[in-house]
Amino acid sequence: MATQQIFSPLPGIFYRKPAPDKPDYKSDGDTITEHDTIGLIEVMKSFNEVKAGAAGKILRFLAENEEAIMAGQPIAEIDV
Amino acid sequence: MTIQKLLIANRGEIAVRIIRAARELGIATVQVYSKADKDSLAVRLADQSIEIGPPQASKSYLNQATILAAAGTTGADAIHPGYGFLAENAEFAAAVEAAGLIFVGPTAQSIRLMGDKVAAREAAQAAGVPTVPGSAGRLESADAAFALVEKTGFPVMIKAAAGGGGRGIRIARSAEEFHHLMPQARAEALAAFGDGGLYVEKLIEGARHIEVQILGDGRDVIHCFERECSLQRRRQKVWEEAPSPSLTPAVRDRLCSSAVALAKAVDYRGAGTLEYLYDDRSHEFYFLEMNTRIQVEHPVTEMVTGIDLVCEMIRIAGGEPLRIRQDQVRVRGHSIEVRINAEDPAKGFLPSPGTINALSVPSGEGVRFDSMLYQGYTVPPFYDSLLGKLIVHDVDRPRAIRRLERALAELSVEGLATTRPLHQALARDPDVQAARFHTAWLEPWLENHASSLGTAAPSPTAKVAQ
Repeated sequence: MATQQIFSPLPGIFYRKPAPDKPDYKSDGDTITEHDTIGLIEVMKSFNEVKAGAAGKILRFLAENEEAIMAGQPIAEIDV
Repeated sequence: MTIQKLLIANRGEIAVRIIRAARELGIATVQVYSKADKDSLAVRLADQSIEIGPPQASKSYLNQATILAAAGTTGADAIHPGYGFLAENAEFAAAVEAAGLIFVGPTAQSIRLMGDKVAAREAAQAAGVPTVPGSAGRLESADAAFALVEKTGFPVMIKAAAGGGGRGIRIARSAEEFHHLMPQARAEALAAFGDGGLYVEKLIEGARHIEVQILGDGRDVIHCFERECSLQRRRQKVWEEAPSPSLTPAVRDRLCSSAVALAKAVDYRGAGTLEYLYDDRSHEFYFLEMNTRIQVEHPVTEMVTGIDLVCEMIRIAGGEPLRIRQDQVRVRGHSIEVRINAEDPAKGFLPSPGTINALSVPSGEGVRFDSMLYQGYTVPPFYDSLLGKLIVHDVDRPRAIRRLERALAELSVEGLATTRPLHQALARDPDVQAARFHTAWLEPWLENHASSLGTAAPSPTAKVAQ
């Protein structure tokens, strides 16, 4: 097992849930596949899904809900 | 009551526009900014600036208490809301006045009235302004809905009362389709919005978007003629012009008079825009809604009338009566505005924030560029993609389009993708040149021209110029 980070492909506002009244896409400890959505990034009022890009287990999220992030910033740490 | 110090509760190109108007009026300016806008052009240009929070608009430009506190700290006596953010928030307008400050815009009551679709429609009908035939409010039974569509005729749109932005809309072209779609629409609205309320409106196919600019001082109202904004993508205007190329003088007269009648009926104060759908086959127009603020596309009206709308709205807010009589408002020539957005038209309008490495701005006769750009500026990803507006003016529409091509060829924004190639392609399109378009024209056109929007073909104007 190796630890790997998921990086934000875009700059913007990071959301951990699809809508304010919905549950988080993923939580710490969840097992994920490569194609799972782990969050949304709002860039200039357009919303873009962030895919995990690798299968494994989420150790912890590094970006908070509604956090302003830069492209290339780590969003989560996973065990692959 | 004259304004001494104006706080701009907005950002981007409109903040720059307001600072310029205030400066010409001898009014000091205070620019509020989020952490992400510390290096913005508006902050650089304003006499004073004050940080109001983190990048997220909900925690900065939409934070009413912080903005009011900033006005207190800086000693501003008036607040200009620009467009978007708090511009059409009645609660904010009331809070500004309750704090003893001037809100550069209409009364909270006007904002509330025009912000309520049903109330605005009723006010329009009472003032004799035609509205789209349909239900005045929500329809609770299928029978009531059917009785109504028998009167309006087909096609009709079935809309969810709780929907918005085009969500939950269905189109029925016959009674049979209507009976089939109505229960589906109700079930879907209930599932999507938790509210099965529906309303029904006649669908005006192939309609154009035409809007009338008005100015009021709470007593008198004048119009500054119309703009046509039929070229839209996802209900966002991309190209606007004044005057409309599709109105006859008689229809123009009736349209503008109807806008004045409605604005007068509500004792409107400030700059406002009444939006209409226009059917150029029947020459009928239908009131859609009123925007109780300055609009993005206001410069085309300024170019053809010579009236500085932003200055006038600030003067009116300061307590001055209208300085212009209706018979003094004349249209001279033709003006076109195109929106330069940080979006890549070759990649489905993907947002493109980034740093401006190099910038060349067009100029010369009849060219105006209202923007928030400067060389070295980093466009933040947190707000809308509008970088600026390229506006041209010339004696008539064909020459304005030539001038637009010339100015677009001079514009160069390096470091990010912009919508410039889109406007170059539109300016060359025979249908655009002949003004053969309507509000549903651009989206299919984009699908057919996607491949040509990446790199601009050489501009014929540029060759002539050499």
